[in-house]
Amino acid sequence: MSAGIDLENVCCDFGTFRAVDNANVSIKPGEFFSFLGPSGCGKTTILRMVSGFIEPTQGAIKIGGKDMKGTRPNQRPTALIFQNLALFPLMPIWENISFGLEVRGVDKATRRKKAEDLLKLVDLPGAADKMVSQLSGGQKQRVAIARALAVEPQVMLLDEPLSALDLKLRQHMRAELRAIQKRTGVTFIYITHDQGEALAMSDRVGVMSQGRIQQIAAPRDIYDNPVNGFVASFVGENNIFEGEVGPVADGMAALNGAHGSFRARVLPEAQGKALKLYVRPEHTLLTKVKAAENSVEMEVTEVAFEGAFISVHGQAAGGKRLSAEVKNDGVTVVPAVGEKVFATFDAARALLLPDANVRG
Amino acid sequence: MDWLSPEETTALLLSLRVSLVATLVSLPFGVAVALLLARGRFYGHALLNGLVHLPLILPPVVTGYLLLLTLGRQGWVGAALWEWFGFTFAFRWTGAALAAAVMAFPLMVRAIRLAIEAVDPKLEEAAGTLGASRPTVFLTVTLPLILPGIIAGAVLAFAKAMGEFGATITFVANIPGETQTLPTAIYAFLQVPGGDAAALRLVVISVAVAMVALILSEALSRRVARRIAGR
Repeated sequence: MSAGIDLENVCCDFGTFRAVDNANVSIKPGEFFSFLGPSGCGKTTILRMVSGFIEPTQGAIKIGGKDMKGTRPNQRPTALIFQNLALFPLMPIWENISFGLEVRGVDKATRRKKAEDLLKLVDLPGAADKMVSQLSGGQKQRVAIARALAVEPQVMLLDEPLSALDLKLRQHMRAELRAIQKRTGVTFIYITHDQGEALAMSDRVGVMSQGRIQQIAAPRDIYDNPVNGFVASFVGENNIFEGEVGPVADGMAALNGAHGSFRARVLPEAQGKALKLYVRPEHTLLTKVKAAENSVEMEVTEVAFEGAFISVHGQAAGGKRLSAEVKNDGVTVVPAVGEKVFATFDAARALLLPDANVRG
Repeated sequence: MDWLSPEETTALLLSLRVSLVATLVSLPFGVAVALLLARGRFYGHALLNGLVHLPLILPPVVTGYLLLLTLGRQGWVGAALWEWFGFTFAFRWTGAALAAAVMAFPLMVRAIRLAIEAVDPKLEEAAGTLGASRPTVFLTVTLPLILPGIIAGAVLAFAKAMGEFGATITFVANIPGETQTLPTAIYAFLQVPGGDAAALRLVVISVAVAMVALILSEALSRRVARRIAGR
C-alpha cells in the first residue's frame, strides 16, 4: 500500500520569514522523490508539514487524495526517519521495531514475529535482542528503517538519514534504501543536501532554494537540462560566461561577451530573461587548435588528479577561471601547467540560463 | 532504639513521616510543573518559574509566615477549609508536611526538569509518527528515560524536608508529638540545661540521613546521564 502526496500552493511562514513559498508538487504512489537543496532552503519544513508537526500557513497537503489539515502526526499514514535516527535507547531492537504495533495493541508474539521478519528484510537477522548501543551506525540505520516499515506506512519520510554515516557506508546504504523501496513499493520522500545522493536514488528530484521549488524533474534532466543557474550550480560544476544574448532561432542563441561569441541552447521558459552561459567541465574539451566555434584560449594553472578523471584548471583572458575534466583513459593527452590550450565545447552541451527563481 | 529517649524517637519518627508524606504528595505536582517548565511554551512561563523557586530564595521564616497568613485558621484559605471541611493545617503534622513540601519543591522540580531537558524531543516525535498519542509517548518513551531523575528529585526533596526548620516552626510551631520534627527538637533540646547530649544524638542522625540522601541522589543522576546516552 502506498499513497501519493499532493502539495497545493503550500506556504509556511515563521513570523515574517517565509520558509516555504508556494510549493506545488504531485508525488505519485510508489515514487522515490527527493527534495534537494542547501540548508535553510525549506526542504525540512516541507517534510515536517507532510508528517504533521507543523501546519502550512496557506495551501493544502493531501495524502492519498485526502486533505491532512488538522490531522495529528500519529493519525497520518506517514512514518518519519530522523537524521539522528531517534531509536529508543531503553528498548531492545525488536521492541524498537515493534513500538508502532504495541501502540496499536498488537499482541507480543505477533510483534516479535513481525520484528524478526523486518530484520530479515533490512538484512540484519539475529539482532532482535541486542540493545541500540551495541549496533554500528549502518545497523542502527537499518533498524530505523525497519521500525518505520513496521507500521506499514503509505508514505515514508526520510530526513537526511545517511548524513551521519561515513562515505563508503553511505554509498552502500544508498543502494540498500533504493532496494528496500522497490521491494516494499512504499512512497519515499527523501530530504538531502547531497546532490549525488538525490541523483543516484530518486525517480524524481525537486531542487529548492530560498523556500522555492526551482525545478522538479528526473535526475538526468536536472543535471542535463537545469532550468536556471542555481540548479545548474547546485548539482554540478560549471564554466560560466556572461554577455549580450542575441535573437533565438531553433532553440539556439548567440552570446557575445568579453571572451568572444558563443552559441548555446535556450529553453523556451528562459527566453526574455537575463541569461548567462553554463557548460559543464566534463563537456569542455581541451584542444591544441582553436575550434570553429565555442573555443576560448586559456593557460593551465593547475592539474588535479582525481582518479577516474583529471581536473584541469586554467585562466583565460582577464583572469577568467575555467575548468575541464579529462578522462583518465590512457589515450587523452593531459596538458601540463603553464601550457596554452583551447577550452572548447559543443553548442548542444551549453545552456543559456537565468539566475535562480527568487522573490523579486 | 534504646539509646534514644521516647521524646527523641517521637521526633525522629514524626520527621520521617512528615518528609515521606511531603515528598510523595508533591511528586506528581513536581513532575507536572517540571514538564510545563521544560517543554511548555506559554504566557506566564517566567512567572511560574519564579513562583516555584521563591521558597529557595526567601528567608524560610517568610515562607512560613506567608503559609500562616493564607492557610492558618484565620487565613483566607485556611478559614474556608476549616469552615467547610473541618480541616486545618495549623499546628498539625499535616501543616509541617505542607511547609516541608513547599520548601523542598524547587529542588525536586529542578532535578526532574534537568532530566526532561536531557531527553531528545526527536525520540518523542518519532514515537508520535509511529502512532502513539501524547499520553502514550510520555508513558512509554519519556517516563522511563526520566525515571532516575524523578527518583533523584524525590530523594533530594526528602532530605530537604527532613532538615526544614524555619518555615515549619513559624507555621506550625514546635509541639512535641505533633509538629516537633528533628530540627525543631534539636532547637528545643538546646534551649534547656542538660539537653546537649540529646541534641547531639539527633544531630548525628540528621547528618547520616542527609549524607545517604545526597549519595543516593548523585548515583541516580549519573545513571540518568548514562541511560540517556544509550549506556
